[in-house]
Amino acid sequence: MSYADIIQILDSSIRLGTPLLLACLAGLYSERSGVFDIGLEGKMLVAAFFSAAVAAITGSVWIGLLAGVAASVVFAMIHGLASITFRGDQLISGVAINFLAAGMTVLIAQDWFSQGSRTPSLSGDARFSSIDLPFADALSGVPILGPLYSEALSGHTILVYVALLAVPATWYVLFRTRFGLRLRAVGENPGAVDTAGISVTRLRYSAVLICGILCGLAGAYLSTGLAAGFTKDMTAGRGFIALAALIFAKWRPWYALFACLLFGLLQAISNRYSTLDLGIFEIPNAFVLALPYILTVVILAGFVGRAIPPRAGGEPYVKER
Amino acid sequence: MTAPAIELKGISKSFGPVHANKDIDLRVMPGTIHGIIGENGAGKSTLMSILYGFYKADRGQIYIRGDKTEIADSQAAIRAGIGMVFQHFKLVQNFTVLENIVLGAEEGAFLRQSLARARTLLKELSEEYELHVDPDAKIEDLGVGMQQRVEILKALYRRAEILILDEPTGVLTPSEADHLFRILEGLKREGKTVILITHKLREIMEVTDTISVMRRGEMTATVNTADTSPEELAELMVGRKVLLRVDKTPSKPGEVVADVKNLRVVDSDKVERLRGISLQVRRGEILGIAGVAGNGQSELLQVLGGMQDATGEVRINGEPIDLTGTKSDARTRRARGIGHVPEDRHHEGLILNFHAWENVAFGYHHAPEYNSGPLMDNRAIRQDAEAKIAKFDVRPANCWLEAKSFSGGNQQKIVIARELEREPDLLLVGQPTRGVDIGAIEFIHEQIVALRDQGKAVLLVSVELDEIMSLSDRIAVMFDGRIMGERLPSETNERELGLLMAGITDTDREHSVAEIEANLAHVAGKVV
Repeated sequence: MSYADIIQILDSSIRLGTPLLLACLAGLYSERSGVFDIGLEGKMLVAAFFSAAVAAITGSVWIGLLAGVAASVVFAMIHGLASITFRGDQLISGVAINFLAAGMTVLIAQDWFSQGSRTPSLSGDARFSSIDLPFADALSGVPILGPLYSEALSGHTILVYVALLAVPATWYVLFRTRFGLRLRAVGENPGAVDTAGISVTRLRYSAVLICGILCGLAGAYLSTGLAAGFTKDMTAGRGFIALAALIFAKWRPWYALFACLLFGLLQAISNRYSTLDLGIFEIPNAFVLALPYILTVVILAGFVGRAIPPRAGGEPYVKER
Repeated sequence: MTAPAIELKGISKSFGPVHANKDIDLRVMPGTIHGIIGENGAGKSTLMSILYGFYKADRGQIYIRGDKTEIADSQAAIRAGIGMVFQHFKLVQNFTVLENIVLGAEEGAFLRQSLARARTLLKELSEEYELHVDPDAKIEDLGVGMQQRVEILKALYRRAEILILDEPTGVLTPSEADHLFRILEGLKREGKTVILITHKLREIMEVTDTISVMRRGEMTATVNTADTSPEELAELMVGRKVLLRVDKTPSKPGEVVADVKNLRVVDSDKVERLRGISLQVRRGEILGIAGVAGNGQSELLQVLGGMQDATGEVRINGEPIDLTGTKSDARTRRARGIGHVPEDRHHEGLILNFHAWENVAFGYHHAPEYNSGPLMDNRAIRQDAEAKIAKFDVRPANCWLEAKSFSGGNQQKIVIARELEREPDLLLVGQPTRGVDIGAIEFIHEQIVALRDQGKAVLLVSVELDEIMSLSDRIAVMFDGRIMGERLPSETNERELGLLMAGITDTDREHSVAEIEANLAHVAGKVV
């Protein structure tokens, strides 16, 4: 494996890690506020469909993005309504959203485009194009670090950089602002927030709204940045992998970045190599393809040590007497 | 004449068919400590929740310092200068003291200035009221006494002039409670108004200026503390004369029933919960285990009751019992003559959704008289249940009601009836009167003493020191999984027991509150 190979793998790690990262941060806001969300997958899927579909129709990726985010926010609000206002079971609501998204996207795609549940292939302004970071060309000649910057880090679409910038932004919001303090508090002990005279409902809805927006970006990136159009079930479990990354990251933004890049790396490796030759024996292709999912299971099985979720997570808030 | 700090006129509140507050009038003068006393379910907490904006009254007006005030939510209550310290603290466990104090009272969208300002103000408040806490400590590392202080500081930080405390001493050792009372006196000197809600007669007599008594949603009397007595208050609360002391003859201990040696329990987090407990309980005596909740008393009961494995040795009537393996279960223990009234009535003592008669049979449902062939003889169980319900005066005497629809006291009577009627050689009793009305407390205590007088052994665990002092023939104090000492009730006092409960054995010396708290905080981190 040459250095150029490594750079290429890192480059695709970042590309593949981006939708995970956006979804993971989405889950972070929601779960930090005490609303568990296994519907990340479904929200990404509707966003992926609507952004591709609207981009295909209008020819503008930006209008597509807007539509995708709007669709994801609508789904997030359904989840909010079910789990905050009506105090329903958050898992059931999340499962319902995933099913609804899986069925609805395929149905509408077939109805609108009649191309076997796909959207037309996107090109030109209907897709996000890559942008070069400043000095990418000039620095490419610098040994080691040059290619790392100009090839792995530079040359992605805008949403990749949005996702990367969202990490420090989330950290700052969470730990340095009033909103963040309240958000963390409401996920730990909503009673404390309520008695302090702050609306638990409003806080949780804002968290769910942010979750919807970030999931929308993640979905839009999938169909208009990473791929060129929507295909059936194109999220392929990324929402769940993002949840695993969130647990792995112990609900912290910086850890989330590394967890998502790790999962991105595994996907990149499995995309690039059909088999892995370890010298002594060869890991077969099927196993390599399954690697990200196997890691997900291992992480969820608790091999990462104790991850303590927000204490009030999953429970609707009811004032006690 | 100055206007009252708080005046309530005709407050009423119903939850469905339940009248929680009926036409309540209350006047609290500024700069006083006003006690509100009443049994569980008398409506004290509802009334205070209305005052703090948690509930909206169906009818009635609230006047704060003479002005009619609408309190629609907690924010409005805070603005009106009301602060509340709830029985179950409203603190975020993994936040620092400072973050908890600032939460909801931040200045501006960014935390830096808010936290800095809070730090200075907190320092001033701490000095003014002698409420010392480390602003950077995490709540989960603090003992309950310290957490309560954070709650008080939280209210003061919001410029509360009226401070409501709901059952504040339930979780404190006697010395911590005394310290709290000194803090309250200090607040009073500074002109603050304090409302103290409690069901404990002793403490309300000690610190209040005036007392209001509530019974079944109504305010039955308001008296000056100086003009009343515990007996009168108890009568006002219950509506009849109540015996506050337990009437019992000196014990006549016989041979050893339970002989416990070097009992050890390690929990799933690898924390040692019991660190070598040895004790004996004899026929005809009540051994009381005192201690702050979470110091291993629960584990001791669970081990003896067959709900948790342990190492060590336990003999019942001279015969060893299994502490691990398949024979270490509650059914085998019951067969060996151990009865168990568990600490947590709702989770371990009863199945709340089942009928009273089914609950009377649980744990003994294998008994031959309850079965005919492979089937349960429900009619026999019901007859037996009806007899026990009548004998133990469970009200309403209807064995078809679900356990959850009885009051706390009557639920406990169902459990006591089930366990005592089997005449166990050793009775384990945990928190027998937690959440139980004064009237029922008297009855339950009588029953426990009666069992002792039949020559049975009783192991009593309670966090209520009054209960331990009045019921026990011998007292052992537990701290951090160990027994710190044994005392006879006649030869000890609350101060000494309080120090032992805080893990301090040289009880002759004077000890500062800080020292006690340091000790308690040491175990606090481990308490779940």
